[in-house]
Amino acid sequence: MTIRTEPFYLNIGPQHPSTHGVFRLRVTLDGEVVVGLEPIIGYLHRGIEKLAETRTYTQNIPFTDRLDYLSSMTNNLAYCMAVEKVGAVKVPERAEYLRIIFSEIMRISSHMMAVGFFLNDLGAMMTPVLYMWREREKIMDMFEMVCGQRLLYNYMRVGGVSQDLPEAFMPAVKKFLAEMPRYIDEYDQLLAQNEILLARSKGVGVLSRDTAIAIGASGPVLRASGVKWDIRKMDPYSIYDRFDFEVPTGDSGDCYDRYWVRMLEIRQSVRILEQAIAQIPAKGPICADVPQFFRPPRGEAYGYVEAPKGNIGFYIVSDGSIAPYRVHIYPPTLINITALQDMVMGWKVADLIIIFGSIDVVLGEIDR
Amino acid sequence: MTVAINCEETGKKLQEVFPGSVISTGKADIVVDANKLLEVAGYLKNTAGLDFDYLTFVTAVDFLDYMEIVYRLVSLKHNQSLILKTRCYDRENPVVPSVVSLWRAAYYQEREIFDLFGIKFDGHPDMRRLLLWEGFVGHPLRRDYL
Repeated sequence: MTIRTEPFYLNIGPQHPSTHGVFRLRVTLDGEVVVGLEPIIGYLHRGIEKLAETRTYTQNIPFTDRLDYLSSMTNNLAYCMAVEKVGAVKVPERAEYLRIIFSEIMRISSHMMAVGFFLNDLGAMMTPVLYMWREREKIMDMFEMVCGQRLLYNYMRVGGVSQDLPEAFMPAVKKFLAEMPRYIDEYDQLLAQNEILLARSKGVGVLSRDTAIAIGASGPVLRASGVKWDIRKMDPYSIYDRFDFEVPTGDSGDCYDRYWVRMLEIRQSVRILEQAIAQIPAKGPICADVPQFFRPPRGEAYGYVEAPKGNIGFYIVSDGSIAPYRVHIYPPTLINITALQDMVMGWKVADLIIIFGSIDVVLGEIDR
Repeated sequence: MTVAINCEETGKKLQEVFPGSVISTGKADIVVDANKLLEVAGYLKNTAGLDFDYLTFVTAVDFLDYMEIVYRLVSLKHNQSLILKTRCYDRENPVVPSVVSLWRAAYYQEREIFDLFGIKFDGHPDMRRLLLWEGFVGHPLRRDYL
């Protein structure tokens, strides 16, 4: 006698703590094993690309904060760089340094959240996240000091940044940089050789090098698969060519590598920050002379940066008026989840949660 | 530095290999005929010296007279980039060949363009709306939507 079997459909989300936002997964299960998966997105779609067409170039900057809200600074930067490319705006030296300093601090903050919540998904409920938040809190304080905001900064402007540093900032960032290596050592001591972390993430959710390139993955997800591709090195924007840093890569492309690449990148960001703090000119203009109603000439440009989660980019078409004709936001995390199906196939539901967590997604960016 | 490839030269070469495929070449972009898009894209991906193996973004721009689909290709091997464009004049039933068979990176992006511009990608394995819900009327990113 044969036993009749049928697949089991499991719906995860959109309201579920492990989906990092409003993300829905329709999973096909054979027992406990994943045999099919379909991500369903759009619950947070706000139509930012459409809204941007009716606002001035400067008015669009706050929208970019609301994409990947865990790394608002890099979103600001990518958008401003795209507008500067269309309008051929030259950014003053001090502003370039300020931009780099805040992007790198943002990268540290974003990676700490990624690692913390990855461990949260693994079952280490809240403890690693609170360790990470200890340092993130200091970062938030620094951001608050300079632009009065703790999450959505709206700090960069076309041609520079909005405000100069307050007096208290430099001592705070120097203290932070002096302490940080010790804290990263502490995390590594707690996590890197942790038996549970190794057992749950080594060899789990492997993304091969070829698949990573084919799906156009970027950021730590691409580098964990062994592709040494970092825009800061390969296409140095702003003043990244002045700094000495390494591009860490993984070799197997599993969840552990993605975690480990992020930890190494935090160390490199600290290195870049130390150099930037030492090199920044003490005085100088922080923003180019750009009119409030900026009218770039007709044309198009693509500005992109190495954001913590991948290469976020803005493709802007200008028709010479005060509002952009078209703004396209290239969302790296949406591209990174293209291969989610390949990565989870054959793994159990509990592994699906950590594989998804290891990609580090923010739904504000996926849905726009 | 990621260098933008010399478009004039590449455009000429493409025109030689696929006569009638190139409509125009600009300083930084090549506009190709939609009917020859797949052949040209395959050539760009698989020819030694070009090796555009990495597709970053696919998007569309509505110019009212026509809709333009923009592809940004990168060659990780040679660290060079190219903006490839194709045009679609039909607003009622616009169809363009899908490049998912060459670059899986286009999978969600083409679905998104279908959702927001209404351009169908011929050969896409799952041509459905991505961000908006099934049953939504219209394609919001077209310039004449609002």
